Amino acid sequence: MDKEAIISLRGIRNQFGRHVVHENLDLDVWPGEVLGVVGGSGTGKSVLLRTIVGLRRPQAGSIEMFGIDALNASEEQRIAIDRRNGVMFQDGALFSSLTVRENVEVPLRVIPDLGTELREALADLKISMSGLPWKAGDNYPSELSGGMRKRAGLARALALDPEIVFLDEPTAGLDPIGASDFDTLIKGLSRQLGLTVFLVTHDLDTLHATCDRIAVLAEKRVLVTGTMSEMLEVDHPWVHEYFHGPRARAAIEAKDRTD
Amino acid sequence: MSQAAEALGDIRISEDGGWRELALSGALTVRTLGRLQPELEALSPADTRIDLAGVDRIDTAGAWAIAKLQQRLSEAGSRSELQGAAEAHAQLLETVRTSLPDIMPETVRPKSWNDRLEALGRRIASAGVFAAEMSGYLGIFLARLGRSLFHPREFRLTALVHHCQEVGLRAVPIVSLMAFLIGVVLAFQGSAQLRQFGAEVFVVDLIAISILRELGILLTAIIVAGRTASAFTAAIGSMKMREEIDAMRTLGIDPAMALFVPRILALLLMLPILGLIANVMGLLGGGIMSWIELGISPAMFTTRLVQDTAISHLVVGMVKAPVFALIIGIVGCHAGMKVGSNAESLGRMTSSAVVTAIFAVIVTDAMFSVFFAQIGY
Repeated sequence: MDKEAIISLRGIRNQFGRHVVHENLDLDVWPGEVLGVVGGSGTGKSVLLRTIVGLRRPQAGSIEMFGIDALNASEEQRIAIDRRNGVMFQDGALFSSLTVRENVEVPLRVIPDLGTELREALADLKISMSGLPWKAGDNYPSELSGGMRKRAGLARALALDPEIVFLDEPTAGLDPIGASDFDTLIKGLSRQLGLTVFLVTHDLDTLHATCDRIAVLAEKRVLVTGTMSEMLEVDHPWVHEYFHGPRARAAIEAKDRTD
Repeated sequence: MSQAAEALGDIRISEDGGWRELALSGALTVRTLGRLQPELEALSPADTRIDLAGVDRIDTAGAWAIAKLQQRLSEAGSRSELQGAAEAHAQLLETVRTSLPDIMPETVRPKSWNDRLEALGRRIASAGVFAAEMSGYLGIFLARLGRSLFHPREFRLTALVHHCQEVGLRAVPIVSLMAFLIGVVLAFQGSAQLRQFGAEVFVVDLIAISILRELGILLTAIIVAGRTASAFTAAIGSMKMREEIDAMRTLGIDPAMALFVPRILALLLMLPILGLIANVMGLLGGGIMSWIELGISPAMFTTRLVQDTAISHLVVGMVKAPVFALIIGIVGCHAGMKVGSNAESLGRMTSSAVVTAIFAVIVTDAMFSVFFAQIGY
């Protein structure tokens, strides 16, 4: 590829005590792509996400984001990087003492000349874009269902129109209709805003519908990356099992029907 | 800053055969919108052509501003056209337009006297409900305690021992220090006053009666209320918040049996012991201080203490301990169960548990005082 990678990981090692989760892990994320990260339970998908967004410092390796060495960045550089990231946690991780609208307004507050009304209006827009009824803005997170909290989490992650969003299992726990709306939303935003999406998921339908490229985590590293059709060719036993299992076939058939 | 180019969002307005030309250029993003939006809002309704050819960056906030402008113009009966938009920009505009929330104005009714009266009534009623719930929790505790006599297998001995350690053993240093210092203060202040009458030796009676009868147990209860009521509320409340209590119920475990009984029982066992330790330490502090300040030797202090202090003072003090323990434990557990599903309510209930427990302990102590004065004990 001739483009510069927006995130590039080299030689990452993560370990908890004596339990090594990642060893010598390399990964590049290209601008504007939707990268799906898959892997069995306990292969450290969420750990990888937390490492990239700076919540966890790896024991070894280097992380470069937007051309900045993220592990040795100064505090201002780190804040600048964080502002260009949006993260949606598994359960939304909304601030429970704020309403949904106030949650979405939190990142918008860093922009000094945005008036209160404008900020509220933009928050309402993000809430409604993420597929929530805009009335939900007045609710507290505890009053929402799990799926709605995820959407509110996405609305907050997108509040500043970040360049990269990290989504941790965005469609887990959503009903199929909601999940496929979510896929469409992510795909659409990625195209229209040039948004780069780093997606941790188990949902094969989401992988089919949204991801440009898939990275498989296994054996403590990124085993392979490639498009969906390339994945079907890989003959590593786990990868084969994953992409050729009964659920995978159903997802492929569903994809073929819609195309 | 690398995003300096973004600051260059610009609007140019010109007229062209009845149409107003609105040429937007540069970056139309959330960062430039604060400056651009007032200009867009100031536009009077007129047929408008919005030219986006010069726009090189647009985000959802910029798209929102354009969509909002078009909405406003069409509501005023004017036409608006978009031109020169790149395909991705046009798609983004379409996405934003379809999800544009239609905000209805809210009507805020001013607070009337009726509302205030209603709020007052609700608060009084909720105080009544609170009192009823307290006695309900006391009932649950006693019922489960009674049940565990007949079904000893359901009783959680390990938990009881653990809580005894947390509530009792861990509180010994702070309670001892507090009581020791109170004894010192009493001896010091008492000797200064009594010396005026030449009645220094009565400082022993002063210390003994005030510590054994009131201060030892009351101050211990207050410290334990601060330490333990908050700990109970926080522990039970965070379990409530994460639906662990609901999980217990579905697994057939009775939360009252598993959580309340060991905690309250531990308090019931430990508070008298802590009170006793406080009494001893208070007398020790008072004794040392009267030796230093008044030259009352330890032997003389002990003699006067044993001769002149009726055992009833100690009894009056210790009788209150189990009552205080029940109050603190029940208030703590009740507040824990009242925690909702957000972190804020956990904090609110924890501090309210401490305040309620301390307040209730002091009120009860006052009632005990009146009671013992009436019966002349």
